[in-house]
Amino acid sequence: MAEPHGIEIKNLYKIFGPDGASMVERVINGMSKQELNEKHNHVLGLNDINISMPGGKITVVMGLSGSGKSTLIRHINRLIDPTAGEVLYGEQDVCKMSTSELREFRRHRTAMVFQKFALLPHRTVMQNTVYGLEIQGISGKKAEAKAAQWISRVGLDGFEDNYPNQLSGGMQQRVGLARALTNDADILLMDEAFSALDPLIRMDMQTVLLDLQQELHKTIVFITHDLDEALRLGDKIAILRDGAVIQQGSGQEIVLRPADEYISNFVQEVNRGRVILVDTVMDRGEVAETDMVLQQGILLEEAAKQFAESGHAIANVVDKSGKPLGSLSMQQAISAMVTPNSH
Amino acid sequence: MDWIEFPSLGRADLRDLRVAIDGSFREFTRAYGPALERIFEPLEDFLVWLETLLIQSPWPLVLIGLVGIVFLLSRSVKISLGATIALLLIGYFGMWEDTMRTIAVVTVCTMVAVVLGIPVGIAMARSDRMQSVVNPVLDLMQTMPSFVYLIPVVMIFGLGKVPGVIAVVIYAIPPMIRLTNLGIRLVDPDVLEAADAFGSSGRQKLLNVQLPLALPTIMAGINQCIMMSLAMVVVASMIGVKGLGQPVLQAINNQYFTMGVMNGLAIVAIAIIFDRATQAYGKRLQKHSEVVHG
Repeated sequence: MAEPHGIEIKNLYKIFGPDGASMVERVINGMSKQELNEKHNHVLGLNDINISMPGGKITVVMGLSGSGKSTLIRHINRLIDPTAGEVLYGEQDVCKMSTSELREFRRHRTAMVFQKFALLPHRTVMQNTVYGLEIQGISGKKAEAKAAQWISRVGLDGFEDNYPNQLSGGMQQRVGLARALTNDADILLMDEAFSALDPLIRMDMQTVLLDLQQELHKTIVFITHDLDEALRLGDKIAILRDGAVIQQGSGQEIVLRPADEYISNFVQEVNRGRVILVDTVMDRGEVAETDMVLQQGILLEEAAKQFAESGHAIANVVDKSGKPLGSLSMQQAISAMVTPNSH
Repeated sequence: MDWIEFPSLGRADLRDLRVAIDGSFREFTRAYGPALERIFEPLEDFLVWLETLLIQSPWPLVLIGLVGIVFLLSRSVKISLGATIALLLIGYFGMWEDTMRTIAVVTVCTMVAVVLGIPVGIAMARSDRMQSVVNPVLDLMQTMPSFVYLIPVVMIFGLGKVPGVIAVVIYAIPPMIRLTNLGIRLVDPDVLEAADAFGSSGRQKLLNVQLPLALPTIMAGINQCIMMSLAMVVVASMIGVKGLGQPVLQAINNQYFTMGVMNGLAIVAIAIIFDRATQAYGKRLQKHSEVVHG
């Protein structure tokens, strides 16, 4: 399967207000969000966003409410028009598409899952799931067969003829996911898709998503305000504040090298054992006198578990072929899992 | 103390103004009356056909037909039984023919109101400018005493069925338009956004999302429309619409108390039948929202 295109967001600005376009210049010259609001009555939604979202990977955009994350995801399928900038999918600039090109792009290239599910209340689970295909002009048996497969894949067998409000929140969002997957689009946009669910169900849905991604390799853009969720799902994470990206990188990079105090406050509460890999902490190139080995690329938490089970105090980290890459002591593993007092 | 006098138009000027307007309207009537009448001919033909069908067919067939429709709409034995008893009583008291005429007029008026009202309501929901234009017109239609617009209608069409239908439709269409507009505007914006995100065209959005979700409100509009048509049928009898309104008018003029009450009650009876049947139907449309996960 060919790897889908990534999404490149370049110099994207969104300024809400009657005359946003003429305000871009002022923002580029350094006018703050507050000043823009007070002096010109325009709201700065997104400020010079540059993110490259790799194809076939999960990119998480994280931020608190009001940070512009929901605005950002709506630029990818242009539910919101940008004030300036580019959103590139392959060679195409989503921002320059005509109405009909945009409609085709939305029908065939993107699918979206919403925080409040946004299912059609008058349609059954099956009728909701075929919605995307119906819009594309595919209907009847063929569409239903495809939909049935995804309904089953998200674990809703036997609920095809139920109406959405006969289902619990978690089940409704499974319908939302099935509806998006049935569309068979390369890009999956998830706008706080699991935020409205209670913690256990949220974990459950994250697992469903990760399992699906293992075989599907879609370009997923996932919006969340929950750092744990971001770290669990994201191959790449971008953190947004007041409409600007303040740091982007892998989960490990963000936890180990937070760009500023705002982020370091965030990452303090994170369970590092589930973010940091043994490769990062090990003494690279050293080989210890021990018969215990750890696979390259496992998390510290897993390593700690293996230390506890084996009773060894030091292990060699090896790659897939068994070649040693470095050594890791239990001491190192545990101290890396504990949040340091200062950054 | 001249300034205390209200600066009104002189009596002669006022008379001239009235004469001028009336005169030009009369000319307009003479010039375009026949053409306008021709436009409405198919409507009249349909009304006459429906009326004849209801009156000429054997009454048991008509009764079964009407009760059948009530049952199909409401799926309720109770409402259907009530309708049967009411229609039998109406027939027993000798008001069958007038009732059939009234049902025919109300049916045609409601159909016209629905066919005209829903598109206008949709247009209003889609554009705020349209809404700001249509709203005052609806206010005018609802508050202008009906006798006032009977005058020009009668001047153009003379006495008869068509002017009656027009007068009733003018009176009954505003709730149809308003509730269609309201229903579409109340559709959850999140669901509309989802429809957009999947690439729906405007038409697909209207047919798949907006109209189905507005349908319960639109049904309430149809229900109101029927009720107002029935109320207007009595007034329309003044310009020659036959049916239950005419005996009521006669009873008013001659102080026939019993006759007035009986025909009045017949109108009430069919109003209740129509109301219960359409409401039950509207409720059935909302089946999906009743069963809540708990």
